[in-house]
Amino acid sequence: MLKVTDLHAEINGREILRGINLEVRPGEVHAIMGPNGSGKSTLSMVLAGNPAYTPTSGSVEFYGKDLLAMEPEVRSHEGVFLGFQYPVEIPGVSMVNFMRAAVNAKREYFNQPPMTATEFLKMMREKRAVVELDNKLASRSVNEGFSGGEKKRNEIFQMAVLEPRLSILDETDSGLDIDALRVVAEGVNKLKTENNATIVITHYQRLLDYIRPDFVHILYKGRIVRTGGPELALELEERGYDWIKEENPE
Amino acid sequence: MNPLEQYLELYRSHRDEIDANGAPVLNALRDDAFRRLEGMTLPARGDENFENIDPGAMLAPDYGINLRKAPIEFDPGMTFRCDVPLASQSVMMNVNDTFAAATDAYDSLPDGVDVGSLREFARLSPAEVAEYYGRIADPGNPVVALDTLLAQDGLYLRVRRGVRLERPLQLVNILTGTAPLMAVRRMLVIIEDEAECKLVACDHTQRDDLDMLALETVEIHVGRRARFDYCHIEESSRKTSRLSTLYLRQQEASSVNIDGMTLFNGTTRNEYHCRFEGENAGLRLYGMGIEDKERVISTYTHIDHAVPRCKSDELFKFTVDDSASGAFTGRIHVAPGAVGTEAYQANRNLVGSPEARMNSKPQLEIYNDDVKCSHGCAIGQLDPMQVFYMRTRGLTEAEARLLLRQAFMSDVIAAVDVPSLRDRLHMLAERRFAGMETACGRQCAAGKCNK
Repeated sequence: MLKVTDLHAEINGREILRGINLEVRPGEVHAIMGPNGSGKSTLSMVLAGNPAYTPTSGSVEFYGKDLLAMEPEVRSHEGVFLGFQYPVEIPGVSMVNFMRAAVNAKREYFNQPPMTATEFLKMMREKRAVVELDNKLASRSVNEGFSGGEKKRNEIFQMAVLEPRLSILDETDSGLDIDALRVVAEGVNKLKTENNATIVITHYQRLLDYIRPDFVHILYKGRIVRTGGPELALELEERGYDWIKEENPE
Repeated sequence: MNPLEQYLELYRSHRDEIDANGAPVLNALRDDAFRRLEGMTLPARGDENFENIDPGAMLAPDYGINLRKAPIEFDPGMTFRCDVPLASQSVMMNVNDTFAAATDAYDSLPDGVDVGSLREFARLSPAEVAEYYGRIADPGNPVVALDTLLAQDGLYLRVRRGVRLERPLQLVNILTGTAPLMAVRRMLVIIEDEAECKLVACDHTQRDDLDMLALETVEIHVGRRARFDYCHIEESSRKTSRLSTLYLRQQEASSVNIDGMTLFNGTTRNEYHCRFEGENAGLRLYGMGIEDKERVISTYTHIDHAVPRCKSDELFKFTVDDSASGAFTGRIHVAPGAVGTEAYQANRNLVGSPEARMNSKPQLEIYNDDVKCSHGCAIGQLDPMQVFYMRTRGLTEAEARLLLRQAFMSDVIAAVDVPSLRDRLHMLAERRFAGMETACGRQCAAGKCNK
């Protein structure tokens, strides 16, 4: 589904990604871990198409298509979803209007008629249940005045609505207490099928108790320096990142 | 040549005609205005508080003025329907500078509401009108003096003590004609003690290929424990100029909301001079302007907290795109004895292109310690992270920007106290941001809107 080959990217002229190689197949869960500043969030931004980041070399294929050539909204239509580390507040735009615009944009891309209001509201109800999102939040402005946990829940709700083929969850666990973490992780697990895949970006092993990865990658200084199974996350938890730093000197 | 000279000359040569088609109460102030104007010059671009607008240049063209009050071929019912339909009490019109009510406009009004042509009321009840006409408008303001010199008609609205109008009154100001034209009009509003009224006024220009100018002075008196809501909407044309100067006086425990919504315009100057004269009064003064192409808007507000324990809440928002230009000057003055004052002022602006310009001058003058005041302004662009966030959910950049710009104006519109008008304004703003050339759309059978 996703094939990242020797990807380099920079922001404001500073190279952050220095040759990423990563392959994700349907049904897989990948965890990307790494110390602060290793390039985890940059990787997610580049895959989602944030224009502030510039890919300088390498390639990303998504189902055989050149992902980097697509506008962010086309990537979304094609099935790439980014769950933001810091979900953006959009005062004055209601969640309902936002999601309706998003759903109908995707339908238009696939030459489908827009959803009727009834269909849409029914779908919203079903998807809200996935993450136990309060109906009141759905009628408020996007993320405005949401608590940290509500924002992350809202990200998974949007993921449920858009039904992506590849979800990239950027530090979805940050700022969550243990109950919220469980709800969010259960939401992700409920949405998992053999046809979709998830990339979970996290600092800590904790989230991986709930979302079981098939592969764990360690990102350091813009490269994946080690790949293993779930046991690699446990090893990191035990030993910290120092040994990675020692193995990969300047 | 001083652009005022042509108007002074017009007055010298046509004074009898102006008076004959006016009313004695209105005529009584003309000589004073004339004398004052002889020593004045109009403000020019670059003068203080005129950063982007040039009243001298706006008044320089040789506009036609209908001093004889020759009837204008105009059937409101047939040719024009305002696109701001409300559950209004009655719809009234100013066609250029002449008041013209629909025939059934007054049928459902309760006793104690005088509303109609200023000229007619000034002729019928001269003492009542003279008590208020020209009393709070500043004769030292050249634009006001020019209006006083030439005004012959406009809206008169008086709501007697204790009378409460539930549904809003609606006034439609139309500029129409076959040649460049200047409409000189006046509005006099008196809301007596414990009375309540809402007025929605909208400006439209029927011909978008002609230079038109609306010169307007508004005087609003609000009595003790009275309440007045005034929402003004401009949907004119790129060749329309508007010079509007509003004066408001509020007595004890009165409550006033003013909304100034500029959806479509050419060159607009809106001034608001507000003064609390009784304690425990409240004013909400909000406004917005959607400016693109070469449109110009200049807003000046002055709120005078002359007495203790009043509250003012002011918010103006503008979007400027292409080579449009906006300016906001907001002054709040808190007098030495005005303890317990609460005054909040905010001006927020989105600038959408390198050629667009926005000036903002929030000013707060406080002369006592016992106040709660804030002021602030922000000029910026759409947050790229918000745009990106929306794009990752599948919206195009254009859709994201549209939604964000609508959202930017949403709090100004949400404050409007007439629900049906609020919905209408949301829709009109959406159409406007979506790039529609006219706001009126299909419902307006007149001129440009029917294309």
